[in-house]
Amino acid sequence: MSDSTTAATTEADLIIEVDHVTLRFGGVTSLLDISLVQHRHEILSVIGPNGAGKTSLFNCVTGVYVPQVGSITFRPESAHPVTVVGRKPHRVNRLGIARTFQSSRLFNALTAFENVKIGVESRFHTGPVGAMLHLPRTRREEHRGDNRTKELLEFVGLRDRADEVASGLPYGDRRRLEIARALGTSPELLLLDEPAAGANPAEKADLSSLIERVRSEIGISVLLIEHDMGVVMSLADRIVVLNFGEVIAEGTPSQVQRDPAVIEAYLGTVNENGHEPPAAEGAPPAVAQTRQNPSAHSGGNSPSSEER
Amino acid sequence: MSAGLQPRTGSAARFWRSTDARRLFGCVVGALVVAVMTGPSGSASAPTSGFTGSLFRPRAFVFVALGLALWAVMTFRSRFGDVVRRANDRIIATPRQLLVNRWYRYIFYLAVFAFAIWYPTILSGYWQEVLVDQIGVFVLLALGLNVVVGYAGLLDLGYIAFYAIGAYSAAYWTGALPIHPPMHLNPFWAIPLAVLAAMLAGVVLGSPTLRLRGDYLAIVTLGFGEIIQIVATNLTGVTGGSQGVIGIPHFSLHVDSLKYVWHVKALPYYYLLLVFVVIALAAFRSLERSRVGRCWAAIREDEVAAEASGINVLKYKVMAFSIGASTSGFAGILTASKIGFIEPGDFTVQLSILILVLVVFGGMGSLIGAAMGAAVLQWLPQFLRVHPLFGFQPQDLFIYLGALLVVMMIFRPAGIVPSRRRRSEIGLAEHGVGTADAMSAAGGPVA
Repeated sequence: MSDSTTAATTEADLIIEVDHVTLRFGGVTSLLDISLVQHRHEILSVIGPNGAGKTSLFNCVTGVYVPQVGSITFRPESAHPVTVVGRKPHRVNRLGIARTFQSSRLFNALTAFENVKIGVESRFHTGPVGAMLHLPRTRREEHRGDNRTKELLEFVGLRDRADEVASGLPYGDRRRLEIARALGTSPELLLLDEPAAGANPAEKADLSSLIERVRSEIGISVLLIEHDMGVVMSLADRIVVLNFGEVIAEGTPSQVQRDPAVIEAYLGTVNENGHEPPAAEGAPPAVAQTRQNPSAHSGGNSPSSEER
Repeated sequence: MSAGLQPRTGSAARFWRSTDARRLFGCVVGALVVAVMTGPSGSASAPTSGFTGSLFRPRAFVFVALGLALWAVMTFRSRFGDVVRRANDRIIATPRQLLVNRWYRYIFYLAVFAFAIWYPTILSGYWQEVLVDQIGVFVLLALGLNVVVGYAGLLDLGYIAFYAIGAYSAAYWTGALPIHPPMHLNPFWAIPLAVLAAMLAGVVLGSPTLRLRGDYLAIVTLGFGEIIQIVATNLTGVTGGSQGVIGIPHFSLHVDSLKYVWHVKALPYYYLLLVFVVIALAAFRSLERSRVGRCWAAIREDEVAAEASGINVLKYKVMAFSIGASTSGFAGILTASKIGFIEPGDFTVQLSILILVLVVFGGMGSLIGAAMGAAVLQWLPQFLRVHPLFGFQPQDLFIYLGALLVVMMIFRPAGIVPSRRRRSEIGLAEHGVGTADAMSAAGGPVA
């Protein structure tokens, strides 16, 4: 269904536009003149070897980093386009851009229910006075929050683990819980940073179908960073390939797979700068799709590894 | 060391190599150290009297006996800890089950409240004073700091500054300071103004500094506490300087024909304090279980994730800070009005640390814990002063508190009455997940 959906809304409605963004840390250029657009209801995947700048791009879009050059516009073609750059992360979230993290960052000591409810409640208005006095609005919001939280836990399949402490959940459940928390903030655009990293094949399949349902049932656009090419190829409508902070290719999965620049980035002989052979970190798209071997890139995707 | 290789190793020899023996050694030596520490000091004419006076006296036996008792408890715990815990759970489970029922819970609260009303009336005047000055005020202070440290996870080492601001505001509005207010108020009506002043101070201090994380915040608040005390000492024209302020009137209430004055007696202050402690307990409990409390928990757990979930981190931090500050301010005005005299020396950093110790001891993030911790730790020194067991001297208080904290952190790091969230946080931190305490910087790289 993916191709027909995008075809219907092509060009008509963009959800986000990243325009010539450059991000530097001192002398290190993390993102160089990045431009990309995402359509509404599209699953756009950003791939690239480790250190290519994928997470930096996410951090720019969510307000964590402020790029030195360029602009990022949310809903650029709507009546009220909003610029993202310069807004604090919680403000960006209010706009309707939610995210998950590469190393999942749940509120570990809280229950699954509380984790999601915190996301849901971020849109509410109960303040300290209302909370202390149990004002009617507070009670209404509590009730509404509980119901929405239950719905979301149901949606990601964690309804029966609602009262378990987040740290005790198995890996795949933690990933889904993080998605539920992000969905709780009622986003229009969901940014997922390597949701399948470190997951086993069954969990990957679960996550893939969950992400597809996020788009098809809730109607949220998904911007996806993923190393697992099986997941990317099956989910993505379009793919943007980054390498050393630059966009080197863009297109449908089949186009990207054949792109010589992409094959070179993944397999190529870029050894002179002291970089590891990229093939060791992320398998080349074409190879990965045929092999579907998760162990090929497990080393580079450990949750603790930080990407700039 | 296996018995097979050394067949002649007897059970006694094996005992001396065991953990039990090492514990025994530690306990006895520790007890003797404590005996010396708390004993008389030496002098130039008898330099060893510090040792001889404490070790070769009957009191040394008391300490050794205590050490042995501690050893027995530890050994018992390591052998039969699980059995005890299970039995304990079974015994506690029944009353817990009962308290789940809303009506039983209300009856229980009512009984506690009735006891709190009745009990002080049978106490002597001295203990009534202690109940207000040492226990009640500090319970309120601990409850306020618990919001800052326990709920929001902000380490505030200058908490007493807000207490000072409350007290000096009371002095100002009642006309006791060298500078005069636009109108003289009875301290009772100055309460809202003083609380407001403390809250504003919280917002003013909090807004710029709460952008900092962890250690930096602690340092800034420590500095703020010092600044307030030094300003109070040196701004003689405004605050009366190091001489302090005298003549702050007692609370009094005149509404039409109703007239009530609090005077010097402690008991009326106790009831006023009780009302405010109950209000604070109810209000903070509601806060903790509301959206606000969950936002605080989220910030404490992971600031980056909290921001990404749409929480205005700074706003909620300032909120916690100013709620704590206003509680502290109220305690300040109550003390000022009861004693009638304040001086800068009342507001030392040591006092900030003491309140933090009360909260940590009772259980950060737990209302009952903070209140209990404050009550027990404030009551105990007074009790020991009146009944001088083991030669307790009040000036040694902080030695004992330090030792107590060390022991607490080893055996019960979440406090006497830990909160559920805190307990699981500390459990996680012990396994290397996350940062459990207010003392370490939350966050880290965004990845």
